[in-house]
Amino acid sequence: MSVVSASDLSLTFETNDGPVHALSDVNLSIEAGDFVSFIGPSGCGKTTFLRVIADLEQPTGGEITVNCVSPEEARLKRAYGYVFQAAGLYPWRTIGGNIRLPLEIMGISKAEQADRVSRVLELVELAGFEKKFPWQLSGGMQQRASIARALAFDADLLLMDEPFGALDEIVRDHLNEQLLALWARTEKTICFVTHSIPEAVYLSTKIVVMSPRPGRIIDVIDSPLPKERLLDIRESAEFLEVAARVREGLRAGHSYED
Amino acid sequence: MTRLLSILTIVIAIIVIWYAGAARMNAQWEYDQAERADKTVTFMEILPNTMAQERPILPAPHQVAEELWKTTVEKKVTSKRSLLYHTWITFNATFLGFIFGAGLGILLAVGIVHNRAMDMSVMPWVIASQTIPVLALAPMMIVVLNALNMEGVVAKAMISTYLSFFAVVVGMVKGLRSPDAMQLDLMRTYNASGWQAFWRLRLPSSLPFLFPSLKIAAAASLIGAVVAEMTLSQDGGLGARLLNGSYYGQTMMIWAALIGASVLAGVLVAAVGLTGQITLKRMGFTR
Repeated sequence: MSVVSASDLSLTFETNDGPVHALSDVNLSIEAGDFVSFIGPSGCGKTTFLRVIADLEQPTGGEITVNCVSPEEARLKRAYGYVFQAAGLYPWRTIGGNIRLPLEIMGISKAEQADRVSRVLELVELAGFEKKFPWQLSGGMQQRASIARALAFDADLLLMDEPFGALDEIVRDHLNEQLLALWARTEKTICFVTHSIPEAVYLSTKIVVMSPRPGRIIDVIDSPLPKERLLDIRESAEFLEVAARVREGLRAGHSYED
Repeated sequence: MTRLLSILTIVIAIIVIWYAGAARMNAQWEYDQAERADKTVTFMEILPNTMAQERPILPAPHQVAEELWKTTVEKKVTSKRSLLYHTWITFNATFLGFIFGAGLGILLAVGIVHNRAMDMSVMPWVIASQTIPVLALAPMMIVVLNALNMEGVVAKAMISTYLSFFAVVVGMVKGLRSPDAMQLDLMRTYNASGWQAFWRLRLPSSLPFLFPSLKIAAAASLIGAVVAEMTLSQDGGLGARLLNGSYYGQTMMIWAALIGASVLAGVLVAAVGLTGQITLKRMGFTR
């Protein structure tokens, strides 16, 4: 069963400068338990595709299903958790309060809320920070808290839009390791938008290479890397091979031209 | 320390200019008196007198201070001659008008943000309402409200409301619209209702915008109350003191009432500011 299945999906924005083809004839199928990265230069439609899955944008052509239903139905069923580029924690709520936010909205009981908050805080290694305010945490910790918030209501699909894009490389490496461990423990399906080749290759079981004008898929690479990976794997021959293929795809899509 | 020094410098400069002005403006009366008595006097001879007239054009600072002392400390607060008594009356109308104005402002802002028709139709009227001089409007409003048997303090509070709701509408609309697209998208991914998004996101986000508006509203509310008291002067209040002072040429009374009004304004604005600081700090907005 495909978690996400898109066929001939397109999305055109009408702007004052004429139509912008954000997505054009996208065909893709994401299976349960996949870790899929979307990589490409800005304007290639990777974020737009994620937003279509989340029912935050409406496609103008083609078909897409999420958990075998329309994105809207999936959203109404709260089928996915979304992590944005910025943590976007409410400054007036503690970390625990921020994670409780979706649970309150979904009408989950107080006792259950407390349970889930402590469970997801442990998952992102933030146990003990429940009563802290966002400003008391580093940028990396805030982003982990926002991942915990997306995990709190137990959706099987996690959509992540460049979640570590604003963080420095050392923090990023660490968070990537943690994210893999979390993925292994929770067996969720993850869609991950990035513009870092090493990040995409290190994390993914499937890498979707995209290119702009019009936004389209150039290549879909099923990673030969084992499911369990340490950071060292990035020096292995297999890793470099995959990275080279991603780069090739980007070049074929004229991503390196102006 | 430097700040205190710079404030003190300005205060001293004002007092010096004030004394010079008092001497210059009140001198003419002394010259006229001397002429009537067929005497010639020099400026230095009349200088002390210009600071001690009963009805000076511009009373000297110490005369105003004396008047303030007499009408606050030396009078019982229940006396109609007590400045504190009149300040209390003004405070009542100001406070009531401030509460009404803040409430009306917040309600209108919520409507404007959530209802497109209100957004298009209400805002131009809100802005137009502030272009009418309140001095012209207040007497008419008071007469109408009086005819409707409205109590004096409520009628005066209506003028305060009229002046104070504007700042609250403007600040609150900006505040309620301050959450960015990402935060609204997040609410959408949770399938949150409009009410849930309002209570959990828009309202808390608006508070840092609301408090500065409330400060302006408090000051505007006081102006409204004073203007209204000039029409309803039989009820007393600082506005009535200003009016009576100018009827009877009691310039000291006018200046004392002015200072009373500015002290009241300062206290009100500071109180709102402090409430805002404490609230925002406790909510975690500021460290």
